[in-house]
Order: sequence, then C-alpha cells, then structure tokens
Amino acid sequence: MSPLLFLAIATAGGAGAAARLYLDGVVCSRLGGAFPFGTTIINVSGSLLLGLVTGLAMHHLLAPEWSLVLGVGLLGGYTTFSTASFETVRLAQAHRYLAAVVNGMGMLVASVVAAALGLWAGLGLG
Amino acid sequence: MHLRWRYLGLVFLGGTVGTALRAALELALPPVDLASGSRLPLTTLGINLLGALLLGLLLEALGRGGLDADGRRTARVLLGTGLLGAFTTYSALATDSVVLLQGGAVGVALAYMVGTVLFGGLATWLGIVIGTALYRGRNAGDASAAGEQR
Repeated sequence: MSPLLFLAIATAGGAGAAARLYLDGVVCSRLGGAFPFGTTIINVSGSLLLGLVTGLAMHHLLAPEWSLVLGVGLLGGYTTFSTASFETVRLAQAHRYLAAVVNGMGMLVASVVAAALGLWAGLGLG
Repeated sequence: MHLRWRYLGLVFLGGTVGTALRAALELALPPVDLASGSRLPLTTLGINLLGALLLGLLLEALGRGGLDADGRRTARVLLGTGLLGAFTTYSALATDSVVLLQGGAVGVALAYMVGTVLFGGLATWLGIVIGTALYRGRNAGDASAAGEQR
C-alpha cells in the first residue's frame, strides 16, 4: 500500500469520526439522552453503506483504492464498537436490562440486516 | 457542543490516528483463512475488544476524576470519541458477518457476531473495573503523600 493511500484512509476515518460526533449531537438534542439512539443510527447506517461499498467493489464498479478509503477509512471511523459496548454496559449498570439487551443485540441484528441490504443493492447495481 | 469546531477538530485528529492504527493492524494481520474457504476477521475482533476495554478504562477514570469539562472533556473527545471510537468499528463487524453467512459459514458467523458483542461487553466492564482501581490507587497514593508532608 502506498503511503498516500494509507494517509487517505486515515484522514477519511478522521472525517467519519467527526461526522459521528456531529450526528450523535443532533440525534441527542432531538431525542434526548435516555437511550443511545445516536450510536444505533450511526452503526446501522454505516453498516448499510459498507454493505453497498462491498457489493459495488465485488462487481468492480468501485476501484479497490476507493473501497479502502470509503470502507476501512470513512465508514470504519464513522461507525464504532467501543462506544456502543460502553453504552450497553452503562444501561446494564443502571439495571435497565431490557434496554441493554436491545442496545447490544438489537443493534447487532439491525446492522447485519442493513449490511445485507446494502450488499444486495450493491450487487444488484452491477 | 456538537456545533463546536474545536471538538470536531479534536475528534478528526483522534479519529485519523485511530483509523491509521486499525488499518496498520489489519494490514499486518490479515483475516484467517478457514477450511470452508471463508475468512475469519480475527484482527477486527481483537481491535474491537481492546478498544472496548480501553474506552471503559478511560471513561471510568475520567468520570471519577471530576466534571466533564476542560482537560477531561478534551481527553474524552480526543481519545475516547476520536481515537478509540475510530479504532474500533461496527460496519466491518456487520459486513464481514454477512459475507460469512453468504459463504455458508453460518455457525462461524453467529459465533463471531454474538462473541464480539458478549466479549466486548465483558472487556468494557473489565476496563471500568481497572479504571476504578487505578483511580482509587492514585487517590490513596495522593492521600499518603499528603500525609507524609504533614
């Protein structure tokens, strides 16, 4: 991998992380902070988009370099596992067990379904 | 706070470093080839578990240190939301699982998905416990140091 491509992947990840902070702030101010909707919306939408990028790359509609910058970089930095896991543990610590299970397992199922839809759409476009 | 350019800049900076670390690890340690022809993303699993542990540690230590303001907020946004947020990833977890499912490796896919979330929760909790212990240790150290001075 060329240094320039590596740098492009890293900065795309930085941009994705900044987009995550911004969107989480918007969602939190609209829906309140009782349940971490922001991270759920971010991870499900990011999974849908990565499925799409992966599908397009499989059909060579997207150059490998672009699929790395968008997939590993932008969407990798936009979505997050650590925050999702922390929010789930915090819900469990507050004895909100149903909310913790919904946040942990619900997000997982929704993200996998979203990634499958994205992949299907990407492959369909090819 | 999300409208503050300063915090967006901090997250961009931390996120760039976190993504670079993740990309470097993924390059150095590619997915493991399974007998079925599928590829198990063990590096992504390791990254997500390590990042979850470190975020639990960081947020607990910062939270016990005092109000989320000034230096503590800067550290949380730069290292937590930015670096560890971007070091770990969810989109790859979801998409790699779909690719495993599509390849017929259903058992491996389910184990990878559920295992990441369960062990991730355990890692986060362990990080919180370590963060608590470190904070208490430091405080006990400060207290005895203050006692010696008297």
